[in-house]
Amino acid sequence: MDLAIEHLLRELAPQVLGAMMRRFGDFAAAEDAVQEALLAAALQWPREGRPDNPRGWLIHVAARRMTDQARSDFARRQREAFVFLYEVADEALEPAPQDAHAEQDDTLALLFMCCHPALTPSSAIALTLRAVGGLTTAEIASAFLVPEATMAQRISRAKKSIKSSCVPFTLPDEAEREQRLAAVLHVLYLIFNEGYTSSAGEELHRAELSNEAIRLTRAVHHLLPRDGEVAGLLALLLLTDARRPARCGPNGELIPLKEQDRSSWDQVSISEGIALISATLPRGSIGAYQLQAAIAAVHDEAPSANDTDWAQIHALYSVLLRMSGNNPMIALNHAVAAAMTHGPQAGLDLLDALDADGRLAGHHRLDAVRAHLLEMACDRRAAEVCYLSAASKTASVPERNYLATQAARLANDPVKP
Amino acid sequence: MKYMLMMHAPKAGWTTAGIGTWPPADLHAHIQFMMDLNKKLKASGEFVDAQGLAGPEQAKSIRARKDGTPDTDGPFAEAKEFLAGFWILDVDSTERAYQIAAQISAAPGKGGVPLNMPVEVRQVMSAPPVDM
Repeated sequence: MDLAIEHLLRELAPQVLGAMMRRFGDFAAAEDAVQEALLAAALQWPREGRPDNPRGWLIHVAARRMTDQARSDFARRQREAFVFLYEVADEALEPAPQDAHAEQDDTLALLFMCCHPALTPSSAIALTLRAVGGLTTAEIASAFLVPEATMAQRISRAKKSIKSSCVPFTLPDEAEREQRLAAVLHVLYLIFNEGYTSSAGEELHRAELSNEAIRLTRAVHHLLPRDGEVAGLLALLLLTDARRPARCGPNGELIPLKEQDRSSWDQVSISEGIALISATLPRGSIGAYQLQAAIAAVHDEAPSANDTDWAQIHALYSVLLRMSGNNPMIALNHAVAAAMTHGPQAGLDLLDALDADGRLAGHHRLDAVRAHLLEMACDRRAAEVCYLSAASKTASVPERNYLATQAARLANDPVKP
Repeated sequence: MKYMLMMHAPKAGWTTAGIGTWPPADLHAHIQFMMDLNKKLKASGEFVDAQGLAGPEQAKSIRARKDGTPDTDGPFAEAKEFLAGFWILDVDSTERAYQIAAQISAAPGKGGVPLNMPVEVRQVMSAPPVDM
């Protein structure tokens, strides 16, 4: 399909669905109708040209599907009189020009609904990609490497959960807004993370998930420009994604940050991310995404690994750690920053505290970080053991290959003490 | 996260007391159980793949000879258990994978008695890597 048409359709998808929701209220049926309208457009527009009012065209077609569906449902039930109420006047669906605000609220309300805490993360992800992202079920299935029928079931179950939990199509009120927005941002972050993987061969199509997460986060930022955490997440995704070209070798092997070819980092994304986080931080109400973006910015700004301002990263992780209530994964990164600032022993001492904490027991990242710090401390034998232990526990192939390679490098090093 | 669930059936008495010797009603109940289970896994949006494997009587183990040609060994009459089938599932938690494995393990056998077969649960390496 024409790329411009595809982008337009994906952008219009949540707006059209929002209009259907306001008119009909039935999410599952509205979502199916919008998918059909998008498909019709994808077939028809490249052939016959784009209509003058693409949004109106989609709304018209989707509404027609809704009424057709309603008509056949009601016919089955012999209640034809009711159909009259479902007949749609196109102008009723088309918002007045000054109604742009309502349209934006629709897209947001849709996101809040798809990322509702009543759904499991995998359901919320699938539903968000389809209802808000405008991706087809087949595309989502292929990105998550599951059969299309499985993904279709997951989406249909998610819709049923929304119905049975009576999740409303409205913006959350002030009291629960922050918490609900956090759930939305978490889903967007998970989508990004799924795609932020090896860029080699068969994994290539998964990168589209990261682009989609950035696109959706950008849309949310556009709708809520003054929200610090939304801006923080967008900056974090841009600053992380900027390193994608350098993150993997030609065969998909992981390249650690300190060995990456920084000249291949995407400078456009870095500039945008840094500008965004620099404008956001001084406004106050600092949150976890903003801090992570600030940390990513310090990495991205360093001309070489040795020039990294680790003292600043350490300070940022200290704040993040306090704010997260001692989240163990953040504690792990904090230990790395401590080692880079105050020497490996400082980091290893913090890892001992994490051992005692127990929440990361058996997690490969704890072993991987310990291996790295032990190597820094020149305890190569212990480092090798920890690299191997980490390799045996990870659920990621590129990560296992990387960790096993580190162990092999130490085992075969002739200067081993 | 994806898991592979491998169902191991006892080899001892396979031909003398195995599935082929059950009363037809018991065999039917067992097959129906597996079909219902797969239907449920599809409906829950967790199903990726499931296959039953042909019996162990024909199982061979292959190694390459020095010239690369296949050297076949087996079947292995002395093996205690054999892989009878597997599922690949995409679930939200490890606990959920264990729960489904337990259901498979309790599939009905002769006289409707749960078979309590061992089901090995292994994570499929599909997690995204983190920055190192």
